Amino acid sequence: MNRFYAIVAVLAVVLGIAVFALLRTGGTAPAAAVGAPPTVVDDGFRGYTLGQGSARVEITEYVDFECPVCASFATIQMPTIKEQLINTGRVRWRFRDYPLPIHKYSRFAAHAAQCAGAQGHYFEMQDQLFTHHQWAQTGKDPSDLFRSLAQAAGVDLKAYDTCMEAGRYAQRIEFSRQEGDQLLVDGTPTFFANGKKLDFRRLPGSDDFKAIADSIIAHSH
Amino acid sequence: MRQRQAIALLALVGLFVALYLWLHALGFGGAIKCGVSGGCETVQTSQWAVFLGLPVAFYGVVGYCAVLGVALASLRPLALAQRQWNVMLVSLASVGLFFTIYLTYLELFVIHAICRWCVGSAAIITLIWIVALLSLRSPGTRTDHGASQQQPGQPV
Repeated sequence: MNRFYAIVAVLAVVLGIAVFALLRTGGTAPAAAVGAPPTVVDDGFRGYTLGQGSARVEITEYVDFECPVCASFATIQMPTIKEQLINTGRVRWRFRDYPLPIHKYSRFAAHAAQCAGAQGHYFEMQDQLFTHHQWAQTGKDPSDLFRSLAQAAGVDLKAYDTCMEAGRYAQRIEFSRQEGDQLLVDGTPTFFANGKKLDFRRLPGSDDFKAIADSIIAHSH
Repeated sequence: MRQRQAIALLALVGLFVALYLWLHALGFGGAIKCGVSGGCETVQTSQWAVFLGLPVAFYGVVGYCAVLGVALASLRPLALAQRQWNVMLVSLASVGLFFTIYLTYLELFVIHAICRWCVGSAAIITLIWIVALLSLRSPGTRTDHGASQQQPGQPV
């Protein structure tokens, strides 16, 4: 019987040390993908687009993945916009990154989307990041969550890990952000229609973009 | 007695699994260690990770503490021959098992993500339940060597 209690005590100590070690060595977001790069180079990339190249209207959206309004717009308005404007060939939608400095992991999330995009899964990853947006409220390091989201988006995790560790698209994201600064982007989401900044007093809905598209198409005849 | 000892050891392991998940839910440590498969953060950050205002893992900590406490109490010399301790262990394990079945259903069919820590806990509570059931069928014993009076067809 005494031997049993000795086993219990030893097991408790071993498990306690294991839990302590696990809490100390949890996965961390690679710095290269979290922070701004020291230098910026234009790689010619101008954002992922949805819709046909022949569409007369192009909406450019400057987006921050940690921004709750962007998530709300993506999950509530975007499905209707896709159905009524993008899939019908009237509008092409371009996504540009504008990670706000107040958001700790928005640049990291943008990088995760870019690494998924390198494998042809940008939009699937974008859906995952916006649909499971609870990560943006916890303040906790989302690196492991993003891996599981990437996996759900169909991304090969080995290539994803290499991409994230290297911070391969950090300069691309910073270039997009600086471009947004030059265009006087002052918050997210900010929209441009054929290069002209759109000013909304509230979060726009699908009807607003339908009206804008109708107006541009009518004037282009 | 061996069965009660086994339950105590299993409950101890389960307690630390639940403790890790609870501390993580409280914000201690970095991202959860989940291996290549991922899924733990998806489960832990889902709306089902909180039950009645508290992290689900907290109920695991309480449950395993209860099982461990009862199992250790049942190993006192005076309690060894008392069958009601086995009934208590089966009851506690059954509550834990049903809660685990509910959580596993959520993982598989609602959240669509599997957390290997939750799978580990599910395996532990299932084992506890099986061992507790077996203990219910065994006669009480006072021996220190686990040499229950063996009867034909009964587990030792």
